[in-house]
Amino acid sequence: MDFTIEFDKQQIESIENILQEELIDLGVQSVILMDLAGNVIVNLENGGASHDVYSLAALAAGNYGAVSAMANIIGEQEFSLLFHKGAEESIHFSKVVDDLLLLTIFNKNVSLGFLRLKVTEAIKRIQALI
Amino acid sequence: MALINPKKKEVQVKIVYYGPGRGGKTTNLEYINKKFKKRIQNEMVTVKTYGDRTLFFDFLPFDIGEIKGHSIKVQLYTVPGQVKYNATRRLVLRGVDGLVFVADSMDLRREMNIRSLQNLKENLETFNKSIFNIPLVLQYNKRDLEDEGIPILSVDTLERDLNSRLKAPSFPASAVKGDNVAATMKKIIALTVGSLRKKLE
Repeated sequence: MDFTIEFDKQQIESIENILQEELIDLGVQSVILMDLAGNVIVNLENGGASHDVYSLAALAAGNYGAVSAMANIIGEQEFSLLFHKGAEESIHFSKVVDDLLLLTIFNKNVSLGFLRLKVTEAIKRIQALI
Repeated sequence: MALINPKKKEVQVKIVYYGPGRGGKTTNLEYINKKFKKRIQNEMVTVKTYGDRTLFFDFLPFDIGEIKGHSIKVQLYTVPGQVKYNATRRLVLRGVDGLVFVADSMDLRREMNIRSLQNLKENLETFNKSIFNIPLVLQYNKRDLEDEGIPILSVDTLERDLNSRLKAPSFPASAVKGDNVAATMKKIIALTVGSLRKKLE
């Protein structure tokens, strides 16, 4: 099954506003909304980071696919949330809808618990838009 | 399916290099990366396993300019060619817009080419896509081996084996030397972007 979600300009602007309010204002370095083909739909940064978002999205899509295959082996349909912890920076992945992932890159000034709460909030608001 | 961002006026196009293991898919991308270095801002990403074989995929993004007011970002991917990595190949094919099938001209690899092309056809079907109507270019790689006295298949044989029904554009090539690597890439970009033109109007 190949999913396609098409966004119009207004939807993209609304999504950008949500991500800005819920995550960037919280102190997150950068957020990427992407599809599972590895395409970047929305990317926002707080100005302090300049990551190669296209490569990140391609690898994230691959990573998510690989982890979903692992989930299948142990009898789960998928793992809808992934978290990679680094010494300074960490990455949090969360599924938005079937074909969409939200990637959040944040440093140790942001608490994981609070971030998860805010990500859930942002996802709920984005789901209502699609 | 290419992603069109109406706000940024940007289109992301996914082109996948497919083919049997050790056929030269990664070498194609490496050559492109070297040759067009000035126009490629990002580093080529490659996930290799022990022994230099592609485990996951290679990824090379670059901009090719504007079409109908949209900036076009081309993203080249390769798949792992080894038979056992089929799940990964399917993953990379997700959302593909255009394909290059890199066949190995070596005499010994005749059967492998045919099997890999069949595997591509089946994998595309799982995404409800048909190999007959997706932009596709064939590349008959490793033509340079002839100079070293290694037996290779004639272009006619490769055409009969792989392209008799597809009738796709095809190029004899040497990825190691760079012969026809750029020509293959330009052809698939032209076909793929051409197929999107209507959507951009």
